[in-house]
Amino acid sequence: MAEAAERTVKYIRIEPTKGWARIGFRNLYEFRGLLYFLVWRDIKVRYKQTVMGAAWAVIQPFFMMVVFSIFFGRLAKIPSDGIPYPLFTFAALVPWTMFATGLSNASNSVVSDSNLVKKVYFPRLLMPISAVLASVVDFVIAFTVLVLMGFYYGMAPTTAVFWLPLLVLLALVTSMGVAFWLGAMNVQFRDVRYTIPFLVQFWMFATPIAYPSSLIEDTTIRMVYAINPMVGVVEGFRWALLGSGTAPGPMILVSAITAIILFVTGAFYFRRLERSFADVV
Amino acid sequence: MATTAVRVRNVAKQFHIGGVQAPYKTLRESLSGALIAPVKRATNLIRGRATGAADLDKSFWALNDVSFDVAPGEIVGIIGRNGAGKSTLLKILSRITEPTKGYCEIQGRVGSLLEVGTGFHNELTGRENVYLNGSILGMTRAEINKRFDEIVAFSEVETFLDTPLKHYSSGMQMRLAFSVAAHLEPEILIIDEVLAVGDAAFQKKCLSKMEDVGKQGRTVLFVSHNMPAVTRLCKRCVLLGNGTVIADGPAHHVVGAYLTEGAGTSAAREWPDRSKAPGGDVGRLRAVRITNEDGKVADSVDIRRPFFVEMDYEISQGGYVLLPHFSFYNEEGIKVFVTLDQDKAWRRRPRPAGRYVSRVEIPGNFLSEGTIFVNCNLITIDPQIVVFSELQVVAFQVIDQPGADTARGDWAGELTGAVRPLLNWNTEYRPEDQEW
Repeated sequence: MAEAAERTVKYIRIEPTKGWARIGFRNLYEFRGLLYFLVWRDIKVRYKQTVMGAAWAVIQPFFMMVVFSIFFGRLAKIPSDGIPYPLFTFAALVPWTMFATGLSNASNSVVSDSNLVKKVYFPRLLMPISAVLASVVDFVIAFTVLVLMGFYYGMAPTTAVFWLPLLVLLALVTSMGVAFWLGAMNVQFRDVRYTIPFLVQFWMFATPIAYPSSLIEDTTIRMVYAINPMVGVVEGFRWALLGSGTAPGPMILVSAITAIILFVTGAFYFRRLERSFADVV
Repeated sequence: MATTAVRVRNVAKQFHIGGVQAPYKTLRESLSGALIAPVKRATNLIRGRATGAADLDKSFWALNDVSFDVAPGEIVGIIGRNGAGKSTLLKILSRITEPTKGYCEIQGRVGSLLEVGTGFHNELTGRENVYLNGSILGMTRAEINKRFDEIVAFSEVETFLDTPLKHYSSGMQMRLAFSVAAHLEPEILIIDEVLAVGDAAFQKKCLSKMEDVGKQGRTVLFVSHNMPAVTRLCKRCVLLGNGTVIADGPAHHVVGAYLTEGAGTSAAREWPDRSKAPGGDVGRLRAVRITNEDGKVADSVDIRRPFFVEMDYEISQGGYVLLPHFSFYNEEGIKVFVTLDQDKAWRRRPRPAGRYVSRVEIPGNFLSEGTIFVNCNLITIDPQIVVFSELQVVAFQVIDQPGADTARGDWAGELTGAVRPLLNWNTEYRPEDQEW
């Protein structure tokens, strides 16, 4: 009896660590309850004390769509792979908005929750992860609008929609990967915080949101272009939902590889800097 | 069972703080400095060098070679001045920050409370915050569900449960926060000064809750500045000073040592240099001492036992009628009482020059527990001249523990009041007289 009790006793050794640390998946799993509550908090709090409430999840991409349709679709006459331009750009803006809000919230997560970092222990990776996961709710709302718009324009989804969850996952992994890097750096230097809006804007124009990637005719260059993981996500969305062109298989593969590299290196980098968070933040 | 719950070995923690950098001498230097520094920082950052990222060359050791063991079920108080390293130690034990050297070993589930209401969110309701805060402190959802009613009842905010926290008074927020924390049930509890919340009634409730925790046989590490609470709750104390362990032992001894270490407020004070001694032409103070029944200087006295306060002084101008007196203050700054020399031998009698020692016996079962500061005064009566008047010249600790021969009796909870006399009580049983 006593022996059994002894075996279940938790043992922790606290000592200085150096260099690269392990990700600690088991530890992350042990704290899944807290992850749930952090995501839940972010979602609950997001639209408190606003008039529009959750409608904000749609308003942002919707007005972007309106602006893009007027300037790029009507005035600049940018081609849209034979799809009505508003639908073409909205199908890209929906996953993009999820990626962008997730990325900026997650990059600021450690700094904005600094009181938690200083007062309680938990795997710090949960902070950017939960911030990114919370952006999925906005996505679901905006996605519903996207589907309704599709019906309005008479676009019936094909069986390719089953690829969508994987594409969403790709966007989330990218968002987390970048946020691990930026979030950890942000703790050391707040310069990062001011870089994020600029980076997001720059990244948006490097992603085929207002224009199709078919503008790039050379396939090799297009592969290089797909190193931006959001290229794969956006083109994948259009293909799966609107049936534009052929499956962007190789492009998505390239995108997925960069996303995974970003995610893994980001996680290790974050873990490495993590030990100084409480002292520096 | 494991023989130690917490083992701390040679733990040291270094912090880098921004020092004043040498100013740039020329414009060229400062320009190149301004250009090179960001590049240097950025390279360090990308290479993952955390502390090297900021160029903070000045450093200090918040903790240095701290070692001690805590047995399972032991309640240990950690005391020390601000900046002694108490909070850093708790942060290391809570795994919030890593030690620079040394290691700690912990056997058992740790719950740490370094702040009340960590993670509370103003926009969420009381109910939601209980869940959020509970999970941040390490409770599972099932555990919170199970204790939810208890937590709410303890906090006394039932009616506001579905109101956003921002509409709570700060006292209500504190109560709710402490209630969540009080229902945490780890094997090892690490607490940092969280008792200083709420009104007196709620504090009392918190202290008795803490005592329950101790009785349940859980290991507790408790940082506090509330010395009476420390001596009552903890049998053992660790005193930290400048990052090292200064004393480790029975709580009342260590608390005594802590007060001794304080700003001149020890149990005895002497002025070996006559010219620096308080006083003037009429006379000077040589020493003030708190002594126990054995005549030894005592930092702490048992609440049940009498003790003595004495002033040792020298009169250089004879011919005055003198009035030595002491006044006693508790740690809240309340003047508990004043006692004047009423020795009949010297009543209305001018004293010749020379050395005197005036001693007063303070009875047992009279003062309340806690720290007592003594002011020492000597005046002449006619004409009235202040010979010397020294404030807080000595201090000592009154220790109270539950027992048959104390005013406290078997009550182990919070007991307030400036004095604690043991009085005669008599309760009659009158079963035959039921008429109302």
